Amino acid sequence: MEMLYAITTGILTACGLYLTLRGRTFPVVVGLTLLSYAVNLFLFSMGGLTTDGAALVNEGTNIADPLPQALVLTAIVIGFAMTAFVVILAMRARSEVGNDHVDGKKEDHE
Amino acid sequence: MIQHLIVFPVVLPLVAGILLLYQRQGLVRYKRTVSVVASILLLFVSIALVNQAASGDITYYALGDWQPPFGVVLVLDRLSALMVLVTSILAVGAVIFACGGDDEKGSNFHGLFQWQLLGINGAFLTGDLFNLFVFFEVLLLASYALLLHGGGKARIQASVHYVVLNLAGSSLFLIAVGILYGATGTLNMADMAHKLSNLPAEREGLVTAGALMLLVVFGLKAAILPLYFWLPRAYAAAPAPVAALFAIMTKVGIYAILRVYSLIFSDQAGGLVALEQPWVWWLALATLAAAGVGVIAARDLRLLIAYLVLISVGTLLAGIGMRSPAATSALLYYLIHTTLITGGLFLLAEMIGLQRGKPGTRIVKGRPLVQGNALALTFFIGAIAVAGLPPLSGALGKALMLNAAEGGERLWLWPLLLLTSLASLIALSRAGSTLFWRSHRGSPSGSNLSRYQWIGMLWLLSAAPLMVAFAGPVSSYTQATGEQLANPQLLINSLLPDAGDAQ
Repeated sequence: MEMLYAITTGILTACGLYLTLRGRTFPVVVGLTLLSYAVNLFLFSMGGLTTDGAALVNEGTNIADPLPQALVLTAIVIGFAMTAFVVILAMRARSEVGNDHVDGKKEDHE
Repeated sequence: MIQHLIVFPVVLPLVAGILLLYQRQGLVRYKRTVSVVASILLLFVSIALVNQAASGDITYYALGDWQPPFGVVLVLDRLSALMVLVTSILAVGAVIFACGGDDEKGSNFHGLFQWQLLGINGAFLTGDLFNLFVFFEVLLLASYALLLHGGGKARIQASVHYVVLNLAGSSLFLIAVGILYGATGTLNMADMAHKLSNLPAEREGLVTAGALMLLVVFGLKAAILPLYFWLPRAYAAAPAPVAALFAIMTKVGIYAILRVYSLIFSDQAGGLVALEQPWVWWLALATLAAAGVGVIAARDLRLLIAYLVLISVGTLLAGIGMRSPAATSALLYYLIHTTLITGGLFLLAEMIGLQRGKPGTRIVKGRPLVQGNALALTFFIGAIAVAGLPPLSGALGKALMLNAAEGGERLWLWPLLLLTSLASLIALSRAGSTLFWRSHRGSPSGSNLSRYQWIGMLWLLSAAPLMVAFAGPVSSYTQATGEQLANPQLLINSLLPDAGDAQ
């Protein structure tokens, strides 16, 4: 499971990074979203991966670390708010500047 | 009451912000009163906190009475008290300035402003790495909205860069925090420092990776050389009171670097001692050089001041890179000076731009100004202070920095710091003579500026003479702070009384 998990996180990060480096705002926003998913997965795995473990300390021997779960919850909420904000910002930029390039240029080459 | 004082710098802006959300439009007087009163109250609270911290005791506030290392704590030592005080002084000036009309150019200015204060104060006070992330996000979210206050093409474009970069930075922050949690099993900074002293050797690589990623994140906030390109445009585009408040934002990054690396990666950290030092030192020098060039090249007064902020970032980071109590003390003195003066200069630039009308803050010939003499005089004082000429605070701050450099460090820091000071002097005198002297003939332009704008701007710029007059008490406080930071065991012992026994 560790291998699958690591590969998933890695691919998400790589795709997110690639898209974030694009020149148009839409791919950038999608890239940031993918990055935040990857980060959430990564954070989740930081307490060690446990299957069928309760996130409570006094519930038998097989326990999962509850802290990363709390952290992920916070990170998801913040990530959601940020994504909503950046979508609106990208739309405002599109309407004010007249195109969707992150630098506000008409063409990629000037 | 008194034991709850530490949480006040977080709660007060939160409550004020909620009160200010009551109605989106209108109620101008009510909003201004609430915002100014809240900022002034914050100032009193932070003075009380500095008083409390000046005794040298390190106190903490355990939220929900969950004791460290498990609960979330706010830690008050000399450094955090000082930073909160600087923030609140800056906030009072910026809020009063905003009452001159800037706050009504968009909606919810005062509410967002208070929440940004909440984020900044929280970041300074927190003793927990994840909470540092949360407070960073709070201050960033407020700053995104404030940067857009008033709208306009330049602001939106600068915002796109600023928001995207900071979102990527937040992702990196979370990864770094995750790595450090995975490797040490704690998020409390004091506990992490304690755990690092007996870290298994195979985890050192992980911790190094996490620590250096954190440096990238803080470097992005502080605007170190390869990560500063967002700063000049964002600061030049921001509305003046927001730009003034942003003067403390880069210092949040610098504070975080100072705190994390002096506390967690202190002398007790085994093989990880001072792992950030070579990076910070060389990048700080490179930032200084780049900012010096930028200052000369700037064709707009606000852009010029943004590059002056960068110069201060380079100087402060060089102080961190020296990693000695003397350097920390010098950099803290310089930090107070530069935050308040650059904040005041942003306000002044806005006033000059308002009065000039169409040419705005671009450094070109324009018509003479109605209040030209008064503006020129304050610009002169501000320029002297920020360029580092005697007799004002900049000279003292830079002299302390130069004096703190030792041996081979002098070879690099002295010429670079002095040359960038020369560059800013040239740029400022060129800007001043073009703005105030090389004017067209004709009737003076502009109408008289609002009283609030004068008060806000003078409040901040008066720091320059005051910091010289009270240089003794201020520098003895920063010296004590430097010594306190050099001895992180004090903080660890006061947060974790059991940790000392294991040593």
